[in-house]
Amino acid sequence: MDRVAIIGVGMTRIEANKITDTFADMVWEAVNGALDDAGMTIEDVDNVVTTSNDFWDGRTISCMAVGDASGVRDKNVSCVEGDGAFGALYGLTRTLSGSYGTTLVTAHSKGSESVSSLITNAAFDPIYERVIGMDMISACAMQAMAYLDRTETTSEQLAAVSVKNHGNARYNPLAQLPMEITVDDVLSSEMICDPLHKLDCSPVSDGCCAIILASEERVPRYRGKPVWIEGVSFCSDSYFLGDRELSTAPSLTRAAERAFAMAGITDPGAEIDVAELYDAFTHQELMWLEAMGLCEDGKAGSRLENGEFHMDGRLPVNPSGGLLSGHPVIAAGLIRIAEIVKQLRGEAAEHQIPNARRGIAQGVNGLCGQSHCVWVLGKDD
Amino acid sequence: MDENFADVDPMVYQSRINVPYSWWAGDTASGFFIALRDEKKIMGKKCLRCGRTYVPPRKVCPLCFTENAEWVEVGDEGSLQSYTVCRRQLASLPREAPVIFGLIRLDGADTALLHYVDEIDPEQIRIGMRVKAKFADERTGGIGDIAHFRPAK
Repeated sequence: MDRVAIIGVGMTRIEANKITDTFADMVWEAVNGALDDAGMTIEDVDNVVTTSNDFWDGRTISCMAVGDASGVRDKNVSCVEGDGAFGALYGLTRTLSGSYGTTLVTAHSKGSESVSSLITNAAFDPIYERVIGMDMISACAMQAMAYLDRTETTSEQLAAVSVKNHGNARYNPLAQLPMEITVDDVLSSEMICDPLHKLDCSPVSDGCCAIILASEERVPRYRGKPVWIEGVSFCSDSYFLGDRELSTAPSLTRAAERAFAMAGITDPGAEIDVAELYDAFTHQELMWLEAMGLCEDGKAGSRLENGEFHMDGRLPVNPSGGLLSGHPVIAAGLIRIAEIVKQLRGEAAEHQIPNARRGIAQGVNGLCGQSHCVWVLGKDD
Repeated sequence: MDENFADVDPMVYQSRINVPYSWWAGDTASGFFIALRDEKKIMGKKCLRCGRTYVPPRKVCPLCFTENAEWVEVGDEGSLQSYTVCRRQLASLPREAPVIFGLIRLDGADTALLHYVDEIDPEQIRIGMRVKAKFADERTGGIGDIAHFRPAK
């Protein structure tokens, strides 16, 4: 694969309710942040990919609502419906095509402006399933139940994910929910759908992220510090929950294998210094670690309790605080990528993992992690 | 900036998109619902290449990229693959919480059916337990023609 780097990142604070911003206002903030970070003007951007979802925005052709804010006039602009990591993948392929030397990718949503349960219920098949009335939370709770049953992971171990990530958020000024909590706090929070308590679940947030990709040839023209894309892959599981073995994530395993192979990684547990994973729910951080081969199947909970995934552990996971500390849908996967960029540049300030040279970011689309997009990023040497 | 808003109600525009849909069920789903409604039978569709039986039935086998050729009747009993007890009144719920959702792999099917579990104390539910369909007295040709699944005797 030809070399492409991320040379600019910008993101808004993640908040429960950005009362002064429309989603286009958020995009304006994130895009300008990325341009300033890269030392570029909007004229330096060759093409644009926006990521959004019509249901979350409440308008069809939702991408067009943020056109002005992302400077698309006279540019080729395209849209990805789904998570920002997938938008970034499309942006990467456009850059690799050779037709565009620089690509701006944005991703946004404002969870405060809609009823997330109704939106995620609409993801279910209308003929066979939708009327039953499940949504993302109840579906993921059913997945958590299957995972706890199969692996004998405990509710305490799930709670430990929440304690770690909310704790990490105290060092990230952009996080919505920095909190110093205990396992007991999580277990005594409201049980929403067995086995997930309120503190096992990410909030539904407002936020936006933008990144700028550049071909190797264009990188030296701008002052933005490059972080190189070493591997990326995406894989999708079956659509119907009943077709899947919900306590496993074979599509993530496949995506990770391919991304690691592309990056020349043979021992992911040893060769990766930091990970930003899609912890929409506590059990998923553990499931994704196991599915990617970053620890043995069924062991993530006990390894977490041993401190292995803490900021001072052998593989820090979600030093940003993760989704549990702030979850703007759509933007979430792109924020994971942007956070790894900051880590590898040494720009993560108080939540910096020392000497991070290689990191992974994961985006997810669909119910219970149906599709996964895994990114391997490397420091500029 | 936020201090300016301390005593001000933000201007909010309330709206909803009203987008009614009417979907044709298609031959495959129609076959399933007609059998439920008229005969209290649960039908699956079988792929002759890999031999998997899909419940609810699908036209195309997702593994083989082949049309599922054969209708197969599956049992009205099966094992509970997973479940959750929804305790908060989530907006998507069509009835009052608590509601128990489950994935049921019926005898003869290779996929699990999404439905309700009822007539059991949530604390008694176990993954792997045997459950049986309870059909609705009034059936109209929809997934609600099965009222719920309950513990098999």
